[in-house]
Amino acid sequence: MAQITLSKLAHSYHPTPKSEADFALKEMDHVWQDGGAYALLGSSGCGKTTLLNIISGLVRPSHGRVLFGETDMTDAPTAERNIAQVFQFPVVYDTMTVRENLAFPLRNRGKDAEYIKRRVDHIAAMIGMEERLNHKARGLTADAKQKISLGRGMVSEDVNAILFDEPLTVIDPHMKWELRTQLKSLHRDFGHTMIYVTHDQTEALTFADKVVVMYDGRVVQMGTPQELFETPAHTFVGYFIGSPGMNLLDATVQGSEATVNGVPVQLGANYGSVTGRVQIGIRPEFVSLTDEEGLPFRLTRVEDVGRHRIIRGEVFGKPMNLVAPEGQPVGADARVRFAWQMVNVYSDDWRVAPIGARAA
Amino acid sequence: MDKTQNNKAWFLVLPVLLLVAFSAVIPLMTVVNYSLQDTFGNNEFFWAGLEWFEDVLHSDRIHAALGRQIMFTAIILAIEVPLGIFVALNMPKKGFWSSLCLVLMALPLLIPFNVVGTIWQIFGRVDIGLLGHTLAWLGVDYNYTSNALDAWLTVIVMDVWHWTSLVALLCYAGLQSIPEAYYQAAKIDQASRWSVFRYIELPKMQGVLLIAVLLRFMDSFMIYTEPFVVTGGGPGNSTTFLSIDLVKMAIGQFDLGPAAAFSLIYFLVILLISWVFYTVMTNLDKRDGV
Repeated sequence: MAQITLSKLAHSYHPTPKSEADFALKEMDHVWQDGGAYALLGSSGCGKTTLLNIISGLVRPSHGRVLFGETDMTDAPTAERNIAQVFQFPVVYDTMTVRENLAFPLRNRGKDAEYIKRRVDHIAAMIGMEERLNHKARGLTADAKQKISLGRGMVSEDVNAILFDEPLTVIDPHMKWELRTQLKSLHRDFGHTMIYVTHDQTEALTFADKVVVMYDGRVVQMGTPQELFETPAHTFVGYFIGSPGMNLLDATVQGSEATVNGVPVQLGANYGSVTGRVQIGIRPEFVSLTDEEGLPFRLTRVEDVGRHRIIRGEVFGKPMNLVAPEGQPVGADARVRFAWQMVNVYSDDWRVAPIGARAA
Repeated sequence: MDKTQNNKAWFLVLPVLLLVAFSAVIPLMTVVNYSLQDTFGNNEFFWAGLEWFEDVLHSDRIHAALGRQIMFTAIILAIEVPLGIFVALNMPKKGFWSSLCLVLMALPLLIPFNVVGTIWQIFGRVDIGLLGHTLAWLGVDYNYTSNALDAWLTVIVMDVWHWTSLVALLCYAGLQSIPEAYYQAAKIDQASRWSVFRYIELPKMQGVLLIAVLLRFMDSFMIYTEPFVVTGGGPGNSTTFLSIDLVKMAIGQFDLGPAAAFSLIYFLVILLISWVFYTVMTNLDKRDGV
């Protein structure tokens, strides 16, 4: 096991990339701590799978280095990296039995038969397939096959990292929850570095200690779920994490006050003078309706989602969502007020740190 | 539920019945008819019963031809199937070179059979053929018209040249259908090249391989034109395969009765062996499943 470092890493599928748009992965420096449980979150096509394949050696990066510990592994073939990876769609060896499938990575690594048997039995119990160990893998359902793929990923104990590429896409919802719990406990027991790619934020937030959000070939933020929620570093993170996502309003910011269409909004800190395209962002959870002073709000829709309601409307023609407790009366024309400590300021989509605060 | 009984619906089957009758049943029955009778010309026929069948089944000449036929088919299958798989595995997967390979590979399949025969007949001639002349120049005593072994080699190499492409193209199609993720998973699992072949590529090619083996078996078991053009069945009878012998018997000697009986037995043998192949190969993977 080792810390995995990506140094000045970038990748382009073009033979001669000309502009930044040709890069599937923009240049990045990133460290995956040994033993960390990471979720790699982002919309489809943002480079998550490319990044994963570069770590496992299935893709050679066009620029930069990949280090395992202190060793440069950029040119090492996949087999030498000793990594486990589970793909989005099930890959099983049809002609083998379930047992042979699970034993395959261990047999190839030259483990002895007794050890293999113990590990396979253990993993089979984890994925709930003890009964079917001697069945042929072909003819099993898609989610059983995916469980075998997962099992093959988890069967080796001494791998440098386990990479999951949206592994639960084809699995039943109730089984999803159970397998996620299993992965979590596997991580606790063995402390493998795990990187879990997903575009499902619930999956990411429940699995990982650290969530890495990617957008357009870049890592835009890495942090705990709470950091992502409270101080999104990029408007994409604000929009992508949370349901519904962060509200954004164009504004001008001077000191600790923002102005939205001439209406002043109090901010939580002093930002000095901010340039570029300035926006303020506020989570729906921190917006409330008020009869007193605030931004004029035009209600368009109320969604009842159980314990609370999502109120959708507009402020100066821009969408504004807020989360309100059940039972609170909603007037057609009201004003909205922000919990001012929770307002973030963005310039050209990137978060601006308040003056005197540690940069996020 | 009440079903309407309307026997007129049977008329709808009539066209296909006629088609099958004219294309298969009637010609076949003609052969059956010949096989049970004897004739001395003048369109006069005498009932012969199963006599011709007994003759054919006990004929040394036909036994020898069958033996040669089985040996020929076994040899070309043993060469073409592994070679075809090998070629398919080594063909480029995409891009310009893959298209070029496909076109080059398809070429032999597009040449008419008798032209293939003629090509090799000339190619192998010691006096003017590139192959024969080169071999002679190298000091190899090669002559397919007088040496049985040389004749066999020529016919086999010709068949391999002509038909390996078919096996390769079918296998190539099978290989192309394997998702990239399988190869990636195999790398992750640290599988050896042999394991990748044994557990990923071979199982995925199984379906097309069955078709390839069946086609090559049937075609080679019925082979006529190419060896007939190259060797005419000689030297002696050394490359007289079943169909060549059959034509000699039917048209050369005009023994219609025995030839008809021979045809029917020939047909049944091919049907039987194809059935055996098919059953064995489709059951291969079900054997210890579930």
